[in-house]
Amino acid sequence: LSSLFTTTDRCSFGGEDRRVGSRTIYVGHRPCPANEVFIPPKFCDNRIVSSKYTVWNFLPKNLFEQFRRIANFYFLIIFLVQVIVDTPTSPVTSGLPLFFVITVTAIKQGYEDWLRHKADNEVNKYRVTVLEDGRRIQKESEKIKVGDVLEVEEDETFPCDLILLQSSRDDGTCFVTTASLDGESNHKTHYTVPDTERDVESLNATIECEQPQPDLYKSLGPENLLLKGATLKNTQSICGVAVYTGMETKMALNYQGKSQKRSVVEKSINAFLLVYLCILVSKALVCTTLKYVWQSKPGQDEPWYNEKTLKEKETNLYLNMFTDFLSFMVLFNFIIPVSMYVTVEMQKFLGSFFISWDKDFFDSEIEEGALVNTSDLNEELGQVEYVFTDKTGTLTQNNMEFIECCIDGHQYKYRDASSEVDGFCVTDGPMNTVQQKAGREREELFLRALCLCHTVQVKEGFIASSPDEIALVQGAMRYGFTFLGLESKTMKILNRTNDVEMYELLHVLNFDPVRRRMSVIVRSISGETLLFCKGADSSIFPRVKQEEVEKIRMHVERNATDGYRTLCVAYKHLTAEEYDQVDSGLREARLALQDREEKLMAVYNQVETGMNLIGATAVEDRLQEEAAETMEALQGAGIKVWVLTGDKMETAKSTCYACRLFKRNTELLELTVRTLESPGKRREDRLHDLLLEYHKKTVQDAPPAKTCVASQDYGFIVDGATLSMVLNSSSENNLHDYKDLFLQICQNCTSVLCCRMAPLQKAQIVKMVKNSKGSPITLSIGDGANDVSMILEAHVGIGIKGKEGRQAVRNSDYAIPKLKHLKKLLLGHGHLYYVRIAHLVQYFFYKNLCFILPQFLYQFFCGCSQQPLYDAAYLTMYNICFTSMPILAYSLFEQHISIEMLLENATLYRQIGKNAMLRWGPFLYWTLLGVFHGLVFFFGVWFLFSNPALQDNGQAFGNWSYGTIVFTILVFTVTLKLALDTRHWTWINHFVIWGSLAFYVFFSFFWGGVIWPFLRQQRLYFVFANMLSSVSAWLVIIVLILLSLLPEILYVVLRKPRGPYARQKLVQSSAGGIQSPRSSARPLLMRTFSDESNTVS
Amino acid sequence: MVKQESESANRPDNTAFTQQRLPAWQPILSAGIVIPGFVLIGLAFIGIGVALLVTSRSIQVLELDYTGDSNGSPCSSCSQSVIANCKCSLNFTLTTLFQGPVFFYYGLSNYFQNYRRYGASKDDNQLYGDLSSFTSPSSSCSPYNYDSSKKPIVPCGSIANSMFNDTFTLTRTVNGTTNNVTLDGKGIAWWTDYNIKYRNPSVTPLKNAFNGTVKPINWAKPAYELDASDPSNNGFVNQDFLVWMRRAALPNFRKLYRRIDASGDYQKGLPAGNYTIDITYNYPVRAFNGAKKIVFSNVSWMGGSNEFLGIAYLVIGSLCVVMSVVMLIVYAKFKFPDEE
Repeated sequence: LSSLFTTTDRCSFGGEDRRVGSRTIYVGHRPCPANEVFIPPKFCDNRIVSSKYTVWNFLPKNLFEQFRRIANFYFLIIFLVQVIVDTPTSPVTSGLPLFFVITVTAIKQGYEDWLRHKADNEVNKYRVTVLEDGRRIQKESEKIKVGDVLEVEEDETFPCDLILLQSSRDDGTCFVTTASLDGESNHKTHYTVPDTERDVESLNATIECEQPQPDLYKSLGPENLLLKGATLKNTQSICGVAVYTGMETKMALNYQGKSQKRSVVEKSINAFLLVYLCILVSKALVCTTLKYVWQSKPGQDEPWYNEKTLKEKETNLYLNMFTDFLSFMVLFNFIIPVSMYVTVEMQKFLGSFFISWDKDFFDSEIEEGALVNTSDLNEELGQVEYVFTDKTGTLTQNNMEFIECCIDGHQYKYRDASSEVDGFCVTDGPMNTVQQKAGREREELFLRALCLCHTVQVKEGFIASSPDEIALVQGAMRYGFTFLGLESKTMKILNRTNDVEMYELLHVLNFDPVRRRMSVIVRSISGETLLFCKGADSSIFPRVKQEEVEKIRMHVERNATDGYRTLCVAYKHLTAEEYDQVDSGLREARLALQDREEKLMAVYNQVETGMNLIGATAVEDRLQEEAAETMEALQGAGIKVWVLTGDKMETAKSTCYACRLFKRNTELLELTVRTLESPGKRREDRLHDLLLEYHKKTVQDAPPAKTCVASQDYGFIVDGATLSMVLNSSSENNLHDYKDLFLQICQNCTSVLCCRMAPLQKAQIVKMVKNSKGSPITLSIGDGANDVSMILEAHVGIGIKGKEGRQAVRNSDYAIPKLKHLKKLLLGHGHLYYVRIAHLVQYFFYKNLCFILPQFLYQFFCGCSQQPLYDAAYLTMYNICFTSMPILAYSLFEQHISIEMLLENATLYRQIGKNAMLRWGPFLYWTLLGVFHGLVFFFGVWFLFSNPALQDNGQAFGNWSYGTIVFTILVFTVTLKLALDTRHWTWINHFVIWGSLAFYVFFSFFWGGVIWPFLRQQRLYFVFANMLSSVSAWLVIIVLILLSLLPEILYVVLRKPRGPYARQKLVQSSAGGIQSPRSSARPLLMRTFSDESNTVS
Repeated sequence: MVKQESESANRPDNTAFTQQRLPAWQPILSAGIVIPGFVLIGLAFIGIGVALLVTSRSIQVLELDYTGDSNGSPCSSCSQSVIANCKCSLNFTLTTLFQGPVFFYYGLSNYFQNYRRYGASKDDNQLYGDLSSFTSPSSSCSPYNYDSSKKPIVPCGSIANSMFNDTFTLTRTVNGTTNNVTLDGKGIAWWTDYNIKYRNPSVTPLKNAFNGTVKPINWAKPAYELDASDPSNNGFVNQDFLVWMRRAALPNFRKLYRRIDASGDYQKGLPAGNYTIDITYNYPVRAFNGAKKIVFSNVSWMGGSNEFLGIAYLVIGSLCVVMSVVMLIVYAKFKFPDEE
């Protein structure tokens, strides 16, 4: 935002001059006298509406929303067909489950909406103080209008977006914390608008500002704007004018939902559904055709005992055919059950609790566990093929420690024990400047630069958004320069002689990832104007005098290969004229209403030139706990790990070595700006050559994938600049699509390192891999705002609850406290979730196929008359009660392999890769099993019924007995089939499996034991009890269950050698065992590596 | 203190349930369990199968087709005429004793009692004795709910209307004299049907309940006069009616007609000798290529004769045994790693 502020006399923007893209606000609704016509502008009120429904529109709107789902709509159609057409089953059979599902969903959504209403009300009815005509008036928050002047007290949250006019603090500042917006709990300083310190009540002014826009982070900068949701701290009270209200506040604009991610399992379900829909339609078609073929035979259409009604005789033949078709559809529609959706949803919802409950994910430092933002992707965690990880804060701790610095090419390393007078100690420097010290003046200049060039606040220690800065300030403190704090634009430093130095802070040229540097402009007591700049070497070196660069560069490179984060520090004297020019340029750019970012950038770039390089710093960023083990486990699981970082190549490379993503024998293929530079060649040609060379090495010469033994490991390194060349060059060179080549190389490397990445490039890479052949499942993990784009882009986005705020966590699908938790999340939870849901889906289709197949077969024996085989109660209850609980329990508790085993043997993860359990092969297996069972159930009983006198009193069984026997076998078989598949029997499984069977028996007795007054026909009256009184029925039930399960038992017994135990042994014997876990301290390897590079330099 | 409390609030519960560490039984189907298990099950099944087969074989069955669709067969004249109560008779000879108790079934084939429209064509309320359904039968009975003069039909619907109405008497000829074999019609329908599911309206005499209604079109007598000999066997609780109303599952079926009364000469069953069945032929089946037959059968503990069960048990039992042998060989030859 920010604002063009015009006080009483200078009304520059009137009504006629209003531009699109900006809004004019009259402070306190007092019109500007210079402007004759006062048009009260219309803005929305300050009501926050996050709720979707009101009491009145809930029912229609919610129903509409629900029936927009294709599945619900399908069931609604089936239900309507049943109501309208004369169908074999009553509408209750499909109406009841549908009603149940719709009601449960409606209640859930209604409850959620009620909670939102409550929260909205709390916010909207909050009492705020409004200054109106010199009086303080208490108002409800929702009644705030744009232009109202509000008073906010300490620890209150701002009710809308405010421009700060007056603060109770003398220096016209106030402190706020945006913890509820982005989780950053540090205090941010905001300033009053200049010249408004006077009486706010009589202030007559207009504000010209941008139209509301959601970019939270672009606008947090403007130091006059206080955001709704932020909290006032350390300031008694402030006055501010409302500029954005209600749904136009930044907070509200940011609460728009994320795009929905869908898991592969869901896609598989839809594919299977399509198959089953085809089966359903073809079954109905076959039956309809057969019915009319059968009826065409003389005497069959209308035998004397079954005369048609007059109405039936008169209906059109084709209409009859159509209604028959619909009837068959209804009869067989149970093959696609409503309950599957419910069960899948429940499984996902309940299952996700196990992640947030897991105490292994609890981190005692931040006192938080894992967070599940979506439960739709649980199973996707078991399918990950590519992991894209951020480096800083993810692989490393983002816990910076100042290690050493270099001033004018002299190395300074801090040593506690043998400190010299100043706490300085010079260690072995590079060869040319051994045992030399830089001049004292330079040292102090350097340390002052460290003390001044930052945005750190002093408050019970140092607080800053970037841990690097804290490390630097602390580093300077060790060397005797202590930053005391910033008070009303004055920075105080306690120097080595314990004198307080004062500097007036003129400007802060903020850090941004594109510029990769930040600067401050300060004025010393003596009146000198200085610019201090620190930033990445690549962004500093071109902007300083070149003769200073070489001696520093060596240090920087050595530090980088040691895995330290390096920053270069430079300064520049500004003459009074220069400063005036800069000052006006910055002010102008800051007030610009359009393209402010670009204009600011231009001024920054213009100022930060011709500087003097003073030195460089090295800060260590420790590896995360167990980072190496985690990466190794992921690689063992067949997951390819790509590191995407904005950091320098050398630093990133050494981190990769430390994490064992690159190993000693890994051959590194580099595609960076450095390797592209070769004499006498265009960079494009060189790129072409390199790409082809690497492609040949990794793709063409690589042994076929199956013989993975002893193949060379490749690591690939690419940087941002080269990447954009690769991605943008396809139009230029039409012989080879670089993008394809690049992708193929990447995919054949064990690990890939992309350094110097802009946030958007990270997302680009993820997108490229995501859309490549085979559409692999990608996972992005990161902790900072710069990772959000890739977190949103990947199939699964994981946020680390790190130090760089909560933005990544807010946008992620799952958030974990530490990187090490990723291992259990994927290899443990992910694997289990996938197996569970895959089994759930396959089982559901299977059990409904063998449920409906006998009903289909029965049509051949009843003249295709749509006679249901099972009673309506059974049809309805089968999926809801008799067979739903065991599979739900299975899909929540099954551990076919224990979690410990899964974590120990990362290779087990490969078994389920590529959606292994939901491909067409397993689907075919389950379908055939369903068909086999259906055939056994139906024809087994059919043979038995060749003589329906099955009781020892000679009495005969009828059609409902037939159906009940088939149904009993069915329920027992599908439940026992699940019992066979269950490898992990907790008491819940026992309870639910045996309980379901017992419930079926109990229900059948009960249902058949009473004459139900609401039923038109007492079809099942005593059928079940009579069935049980027949020995033959018992015998046929037992033998058919056993026959159905026999292949399954055989399969289980014979499959065993290929089980996890054997696999584990295989792996250990062939690959020499999995490397034993080592400590996560900096490994030896890294030392040797850095030594090596030392000799090179 | 506050800090500790907040920690305990945030920390996930360390229970077996939340940590997915519930004690669990992990069944392993190893060869040591499966092979003996298969052998045991196989042997048990073979045993049951043999018993079933022996039992089934011991059941005597006598089937006599009387459709009369071929010329020269006893009932061919009846099958072609449309005269009501056409009489014909079948003779058969028993060379050995037909072990009692002997059941007398009639069988129909290509008769679709499981037709959906047919099956729905009845009114259970009416059959439960609900008088209001007498005056206004359910529309599901259509076209047999009202006759041409708009009088309600009781019992309504296709099933009742098409009730089997052939009657049989069995006589035995001993030394030239023919004596009737007593047929017992009690308890041929399900006990619950007779006692609970079907009820006559509690009006005495029963005839009055049917005032204003007409008998089903195909019936010769109204429901309350179905059995002149036994007043308690009339109305909706007539045993033959109940048997007919329990729809057969498949198009070829048999229904129980009578039992041979085990008294006098017939205590042990039907003795060897010459028998004659006198048939009152009413029921037309040739229009839909159906067939009618009479079946005499005795039953065992497993019901009527049915070889399927015995064979199924034998096959699956031997399959189990064979499988266990195969598994034994496989296990012996390639010792699986985890069995060492």
